[in-house]
This record gives sequence, C-alpha cells and structure tokens, in this order.
Amino acid sequence: MDFHLSEEQQLLKDSIERLMRDCYGSDARHKYHGEQGGFSEQMWARYAELGLLGQPFSEAHGGFDGGPVEMMIVMEALGKALILEPYFATVVLAGGILRRAASEVQKAELIPLIAQGRMKLALACAEPQSRYDLFDVETRAKKDGDGWVLNGVKSLVLHGEAADRIVVSARTAGDAREKNGIGLFPVRSDAPGVVRRGYPTQDGLRGAEITLENVRVQALDVIGDPAAAYPVIARVADEAVAALCAEAVGCFGEMQATTLDYIKTRKQFGSPIGSFQVLQHRAVDMLIELEQSRSMAMYATMMVGETDASERERAISAAKVQIGHSAKAIGQQSIQLHGAIGMTMEYRVGHYFKRVAMIDKLFGDTDHHLRRLAALGGLIGRQASSSRCSRNLEEPVRATL
Amino acid sequence: MDLSFTEDELAFRDEVRAFLRSAVPADIREKLISGRYPSKEDKIRWTRILAEKGWSVPQWPVEYGGTGWSPVKQYIFSEEISQTPAPEPAGSGYDLGGPIIYTFGNEAQKKRFLPRIVTLEDWWAQGFSEPGAGSDLASLNTRAIRENDHYIVNGQKTWITGAQYADWIFCLVRTDPAAKKRQQGISFLLIDLTSPGVTVRPIKLIDGEHEVSEIFFEDVRVPVENLVGEENRGWEYAKILLGNERYSITYVGISKLRIQRIKDLAERTRVGGERLIDRADFREKVAAIEIQLKALELTQLRALTNQSKRQKGTPDPAGSILKIKGSEVQQAIAELLMDVVGPYALPYQSEEDLQNNEPPIGPEWAATIAPAYFNVRKVPIYGGSDEIQKNIIAKVVLGL
Repeated sequence: MDFHLSEEQQLLKDSIERLMRDCYGSDARHKYHGEQGGFSEQMWARYAELGLLGQPFSEAHGGFDGGPVEMMIVMEALGKALILEPYFATVVLAGGILRRAASEVQKAELIPLIAQGRMKLALACAEPQSRYDLFDVETRAKKDGDGWVLNGVKSLVLHGEAADRIVVSARTAGDAREKNGIGLFPVRSDAPGVVRRGYPTQDGLRGAEITLENVRVQALDVIGDPAAAYPVIARVADEAVAALCAEAVGCFGEMQATTLDYIKTRKQFGSPIGSFQVLQHRAVDMLIELEQSRSMAMYATMMVGETDASERERAISAAKVQIGHSAKAIGQQSIQLHGAIGMTMEYRVGHYFKRVAMIDKLFGDTDHHLRRLAALGGLIGRQASSSRCSRNLEEPVRATL
Repeated sequence: MDLSFTEDELAFRDEVRAFLRSAVPADIREKLISGRYPSKEDKIRWTRILAEKGWSVPQWPVEYGGTGWSPVKQYIFSEEISQTPAPEPAGSGYDLGGPIIYTFGNEAQKKRFLPRIVTLEDWWAQGFSEPGAGSDLASLNTRAIRENDHYIVNGQKTWITGAQYADWIFCLVRTDPAAKKRQQGISFLLIDLTSPGVTVRPIKLIDGEHEVSEIFFEDVRVPVENLVGEENRGWEYAKILLGNERYSITYVGISKLRIQRIKDLAERTRVGGERLIDRADFREKVAAIEIQLKALELTQLRALTNQSKRQKGTPDPAGSILKIKGSEVQQAIAELLMDVVGPYALPYQSEEDLQNNEPPIGPEWAATIAPAYFNVRKVPIYGGSDEIQKNIIAKVVLGL
C-alpha cells in the first residue's frame, strides 16, 4: 500500500496543472464561457495534445492505458480548474460505454477520433421520470429491417449539444423499470428526428433535453447486446461517480485554499479575520472535510475496478455520500467565511460552490447513495473481516501509466 | 500509487490473525466482546504472551524490543488486535513512557526501565494534568526543587488512567518558576509511586467506574538520576509525546468491531414488529457512521504512510485531525448502541454484579451500553481537547 504518486503519475499531474495555470484563470474561463458552445475548442485541442482525451483507452486505439488512479489525477486537476469542456461527457461517460461494450470495429472507428479531439460524445441515459434509476427507461427502440427505430425523450444529457454522437439508452424489451431489455444506440446528432434543446446548467456547463422521433440506427452500430446493456450502464455510472468524486476534491481543495488565503488577508476590527478563534476552527473543519473526502475519493478509485458488484457499489456509494456532505460543509463555509464577496459572480469561490452542489445531483445524490449503501448492508460485514482492500480487480490499480 | 495491500502485507495479516486467534485467552476475549474492561491481571497475562512472541511493544525501535514493521504493518497489527478482539499492547508505558525514555533518556534509564515495560513488570501512569492545568497544560504547578542529588516534589496530578495499578509515573513538573516563558521551566521526572509522600485517590467517572485517579505528592524525594533529558526542557519532549498519544486514539479497529456488534444486536432486537436491522432508517444511520469510519481509516493510512517523509522526533499535526474524527465516530457509535438497546438501557448493573453471576436484568448484553455512552464523552476531552486540537491545526497546518 502506497499513497504516493509514481514518477509518471506526478508528471501527468504536473503537466495538467501547468496547462491549467497558464490557460485557465478566471478571466480565461469567463472568455471560454462566452465562446460558441460555451467552452473552448482551443482548450479541447490542448487536451488532445496532452493525451488527456485518450487517457483511459487502450494503446491499440491511440489511448494511454490509464487506470483509475490516472483518471483520479486528471479529474481532480480538471475540477481544480473548473473546466467547461465536455471531458466528463465524452471521455468518462460515452467513452466508458465504448471501452466496456463496443466491438473492436466500433472502437477502432471511434476511439482514435476521441483521442485526437476530433469527436465529442454524450451519454443519454436519463429520462424525465427516471431520476437516478438508469434502468427506468421508457424510450423505445423497435427492430425495423436491418436497423432500429428510436422514439422517446432523454433528459439532462450533459453536453448533448456539443456532441457529434449521442449514445442513447433505449428499451428493446420489457416494461419500464425492468433491468433487462435495455440497449445502447449511438445516434448521430444530425440524424433526422433528433431534436436537441440545449440549456446552461447552474454550474456554467451545458445540458440538453433530447427528443427522438423515429430516429434510425444501423444494427451494426448498436453497442453490445441490445437487450442486455444495463450492466454496462451501471458500471459506467460507478466510474462516473468515482470521477466526479475526484473532480469534487479538486474543487474542495481550491475552495479551502482560497478561503484560507482570504481570512489571512482580510482585515476587520484592525486584524486579519483569521486571527479570530471562531473562524480558525471553521477553517480547521474545512481542512478535515477536505482530507476525509480526499480519502473517500481514493477509496472510490481503488474500488472502481472491483468485479464483485456489491463490493464495488458499496464503496462507490460511500464515497459519493462523503462527497455530498463535504460539498455542503466546505462549500457553504467557504461562502460564509468570505462574506458578501463570496456571493458575487465575479469571485471564483461561488463557481466552485455551484459546481460541487451540482456534482451532488449527478449519478445519485447523497440520499440516493446512502439508501443504496444501507440496502446493500453497509460497509462492514457482520463477520470479523479486516480492512478489505480490493484483491479481485479486473483492472489492477496501476502504479505507472 | 498503489492502494491495495501487497502480497507481503496480506501474508503478514494472515500470520498476525492466526497468531492472535489462537493466543488470546478466551475469557479475556469474551470480556472485550461484551464491552467490559480487562483487569490488570488480564493485561499482564496478555502482554506476557505478546512479549514472548516479540510483539508487546511493536512500534518501538527494534533495539528496545520493537518489531521494525512498516507503518502499514503496524496498522494491520493494531487492526487485527481490535478485530480479534485482543487487548491493546498495554498502556501508558508502551504509548508514552517508553518512547520518552528511549528518545530523550540516558543509557542507564533505558536499561533500567525499558525491559520492564516490554513485559509489563512495571505499569506506568502519566502525570500531566493538574486541577489548574487542563487545556492550558503549561500552567502546571507541581513543583520540583533540587536538593543535592534529589528533587523534592510537591503538588497534585489528576485524571490519571490506571493509577491504582501503576508502579511508576512520568510527570511534568516545574523546576524553574522564574523562567521567562512558563514552557521553559518544566522538566520530565520519573517517579516511583511507592515513594513516601505519594497518595493515590480514586475518582469515579459518570459511568460508575474507577478509571482515573488523582495523585498527591508531599515532599516526595526523587533521585536526580530520574530526570529525563535536560532540566527545563520537559515541555519540548511532552509536545512530541502528545503527538504520539493522539495517533493512537483513533480506535478504528474497535469502532469496526462495535459496528459489527450493532448489526448483530439489531438482528436480535425487534421494534414495532420487525427486526431493527430491517428498518431502512436504522440501516441508513449505521451506514452514515460506517462512511465516516472508512474515511477516517484511509486518512489514518495516508498519514501513516506519510510519516516516513517527516522529520523524526517532531510533533505531527495529522494526529490532531485523526483524534477529532476518531472521537466523533466513537461517540456516534456509542449513541447508536443506545438506540439499539432502548429501554433496557436503564438498569444499572455494576461490574461486581456482573462478575458475581447475578442473572442479568434484560438482555445479557444491555448492561454496558449506557455506561459506555457516558464514558465516551471523555474522548474529545483527553489527550488535548478537540478545541485544543483545532488550535494546533490552525497554527501548525494552516498558519493562522
């Protein structure tokens, strides 16, 4: 057991952080936000150059074979910079589906394009009624000749407008809320019958509600088994949570550091307000939350490759609950310790606050994951078992890139 | 970064587990499972078993009887101790007394005292707090005046765990009341508790147990050879000592054991016609604590693996974070046990009642639960209160 980064991992972390320091200050971010699509195409190209877009994919497809630790490093750094680009949607979500379920032919076609920054993807797995139950799918896919015809409404598709292709979950069999009978259908965003209603999200990113009306998908484009894709969606959702936990920790770290800096310099009553014990103790509470959430983001990272579904889900849920609590504890405190300046759009801390509040609502909120963990029996078995560290990893947590 | 145990660490865990399971006497194990205290005799018996194996002072340097295990192995060992469960390697001598002697003491002191701690021939107590010196420890008043080759000690120490069992006490005493800063006039003395002028008086805590005592020193003669390190530098030494103490009081392993127990008991307890364990609200309460505990465990592992990078012999602020979170979790667990036991929390049954084989009132597991809830209020008070820990973090880590 070793919590230190390897040389290669440290290099990865340093290079992203350097890029972000140079290119992602508050003013730059504001500028990118105003660009076409609400983010920077130029930064997207930089991510490709740096290898970030190919990070988790296999070398055979132009990727870097990065594992969970590398993804944690990337997401934390991107969270720290509060990026606007569709990295999570393209690489983690849709990319995760491709990695886990696409055929060799499909991978060979799509992954190099993603890695080179020439294709953006989105994953449309939620619907207006589904809340966090990704098996609650009413969108229908009907067999029609040598293809499928899709009808339905997908909601909260992250970066749905920017995507060249949208991977849609749709029901080929069974009743709504059945885990069987769900397939994954990549839809070209300019295909006839696709209507996207894009909108800004609270945290400055973009989402879309997507209506599908008789949208045709070729049979050979379907990803995996058209009646048994839910397990893939569930795996990718767990990976998404692990990635979001790391992103949130990046945000927490910035909020904590910014707030600490502020209370050291802001003077009232003739002294820096950080000289007052009541504020010092709150600053300590923030640090403790940060360390606890960092630990749990690491736990999610170490367990995300676990093949035992129950073990994995319990760990992932535990991490998301911690992140949800810390989002409130650190986020709210950072606004409060700043006072009125923390309330302004101009100041950075409020943007982090909004992002972590939205992260709580993605792929299951605190309540959802606490319920799931409790239903699975919690983290500690009744049999005396010592601190279990994953041994059945299908993707061993890598020490190197 | 590799977040899983190595093959070597897993093999070590299996070895430790196998040894502990076979070595811990059944009566002691049973006591621990039911949440009762091992007696002095239990502790001595167990420490000697560990000592035979060479494991009674695992964290000490090898030359004084330690194991040389890596921080992760130390962690695995203490984890297995709590999970078995077996008593912790014993007491103040191991946690605090020994380290201060081998870090700052002279050769004669090391030779004289350390081997007797390894086998628990000497039971050590710690003498820090005084009636007027709690959180503000540096205001302590116990006076040691040098008279030829002795110090004459007068004063009072309090909140001393296990003083009724102790043979020796390591004490902070004031040797220079005129020092510019009060921290500079304090020294470390090792005092034989059988010396004339020493009086130990028990203090009953709110759980009804005699856990701590106060000790009065009246013209107690302490040979100067029992001074540790240099005169008037005791405060420096103590700061490091207290860092060690905080490290050892997260009790992750014990908290895990308690949660397992909560789940066992909740299976046997019926509430509103169903098993308590089947109630979603109850399970969520347990899960919420488990998450905090898991986070604490990992934070502790991170701090432990980080230790090697730190300068030896300096106080470690990570201990303060661990202590605060550890207290929180222990208290939450004690509260949850109160929720499980329900109305049978009420009957007070003393340790003697239980040992006299009186039939228990209510479920046989109920008697210790309310006292434990009362008792754990102490956790964020001892070893430097939560508020003091936060002051330390604010100053040392945050630079406020």
